[in-house]
Amino acid sequence: MATTANTLEFERPLVELEKQIDELKKMAGDQQLTVSAEIAPLEQKLTELRTEIYRNLSPYQRVQVARSSKRPFTLDYIRLALADFIELHGDRSFRDDAAIIGGWARLDGETVMVIGHQRGRDAKENLHRNFGMPHPEGYRKALRLMKLAEKFHVPVLTFIDTQGAWAGLGAEERGQSEAIARNLYEMSRLDVPIIATVIGEGGSGGALALGVGDRVLMLENAVYSVITVEGCAIILWKDGKSPEMREKAAAALHITAQDLLELRTIDEIVPEPPGGAQADHEAAAKSLQQALLRNLDDLRHLKPDKLVRRRREKYLRIGQFSE
Amino acid sequence: MSWWRKDKKPRRPRRESVERLEIPPDVWEKCEACGHTDLRDKFARNLNVCPACDYHRRIRAHEYVSILLDEGSSKEVDANLRSTDPLGFPEYPQRLKKASAASGSGDAMLAASGTLGDMPVNLGVMDFGFMGGSMGSVVGEKIARLGQRSLERKYPLVLVSASGGARMQEGVLSLMQMAKASALLSQLGERRIPYVSILTNPTMGGVSASFAMLGDAILAEPGAVIGFAGPRVIKQTMGQDLPEGFQAAEFLLDHGIVDDVVHRRDLKKTVGQLLRHMSGKPALTGWSAP
Repeated sequence: MATTANTLEFERPLVELEKQIDELKKMAGDQQLTVSAEIAPLEQKLTELRTEIYRNLSPYQRVQVARSSKRPFTLDYIRLALADFIELHGDRSFRDDAAIIGGWARLDGETVMVIGHQRGRDAKENLHRNFGMPHPEGYRKALRLMKLAEKFHVPVLTFIDTQGAWAGLGAEERGQSEAIARNLYEMSRLDVPIIATVIGEGGSGGALALGVGDRVLMLENAVYSVITVEGCAIILWKDGKSPEMREKAAAALHITAQDLLELRTIDEIVPEPPGGAQADHEAAAKSLQQALLRNLDDLRHLKPDKLVRRRREKYLRIGQFSE
Repeated sequence: MSWWRKDKKPRRPRRESVERLEIPPDVWEKCEACGHTDLRDKFARNLNVCPACDYHRRIRAHEYVSILLDEGSSKEVDANLRSTDPLGFPEYPQRLKKASAASGSGDAMLAASGTLGDMPVNLGVMDFGFMGGSMGSVVGEKIARLGQRSLERKYPLVLVSASGGARMQEGVLSLMQMAKASALLSQLGERRIPYVSILTNPTMGGVSASFAMLGDAILAEPGAVIGFAGPRVIKQTMGQDLPEGFQAAEFLLDHGIVDDVVHRRDLKKTVGQLLRHMSGKPALTGWSAP
């Protein structure tokens, strides 16, 4: 599965082992031998090693995993965990921003509005998707779809996967700040259930603009931060390049799912298959689907005013200070 | 009256006791923008706006309180809220201590209640002098409590922003203050309690992308730099120079992002007028047409 070109440093031993297994299989095929006796222990070793490596990932290694282009993206989860998807485009005033996608879909038969950041797998697709970094019109499209969902009493599912909102001339001219702020405001009063899930990297305000919800979930290897690890390292140590400084910054910022759960800023961690979501898209989607269904079941019976009140109270409680 | 027939000013009588009037060097101040040098007192009387070029210099939170609220009406609230170090972030406690010593403030926001043109209001002013006006848990909580006060008494809310953005040292807790402040403002909105947002130099990042941009009216001081991403970052991503005046208050006015650019000396009058319109109160001159 892994090609050496974009293999993460800590995955090297896994790739080596995979190569060995592949060679054995190839040899067996060529010479029509049975090598299953040799392969089985190797495959077991591979599974164990992968589990072991992923259990002990450092915060910065998790950033690398979260950003990996082998991970499932929003459209992959839509394809694997939802059904009957129909994409809706545009903010109705400027253009369609491909860095955020959205539309009607079904979760276990029930209609939902699904909205998420969409990254690209290769250079060409990333050019189109702007690396999943939205312009104001992307956030405005997202809000339009949320209001549409509210109109028809349909729950909203959002998938967060961005390094942040796009920093550019046009984005500023068209009110990037206002677009993000408006979403925070409206999401805190939308009277249908909102479940937000960080599936990859949750970068700052650009992530939060899809991230105000009754439930906020994070995939096991996802990260969520107020600033990029690189940006933090530059500010603190004037060095955003060296791995050591990035590692220090990642640790200092407390950006892993476990960190966020402890800070009571998310509600639940969604387990990933061994080797992370990128190792098995189907299993990751299944895990997410179950978490979404369970959380939606909890929220479904709440009356709109109670739902909104609870959501607001949750956010008003966030913060630590002394008095 | 004619300007060419300048009245001769009577010469001040020379003081006999002092041979020469000594002006200590520290009474002079220089405008950061145009280099105009003038007496500090003159700058102060002009609300720290340069008398020559109108450059709005950065002033402290308490100065905005005295500019906006009626004399003797203001009372600081929630003054005892202090930042803790929830993440054990490198150097954060030391930085807090330094910021507090240097600025004399408890954190990056001063919260007050008082009257503005005889109208009771709740006012929050960010203090750029405290860690660049960054928003952490304390700023978020102060806004939430000001908003709560506004909800209880139906008093309008006024927030003055001056901030580089969210406070990195509190990590994702700082990020969530954006949602917290917005959640409170949406309640104010539903109860039709007016909220005026005043943007001063600079208003960036997480502050700009939350409460600062959610005012029923958004006013900006002339020349204030306002935006989501900093100009340096944008220049880097775009790989080109930015146009003159990019992200200045006037640029935002042109692009339809703020309601108006207002000179510091007119802030109080303008906010008062807006709040009266939005809370169904008569103008200071009464209901009737002139």
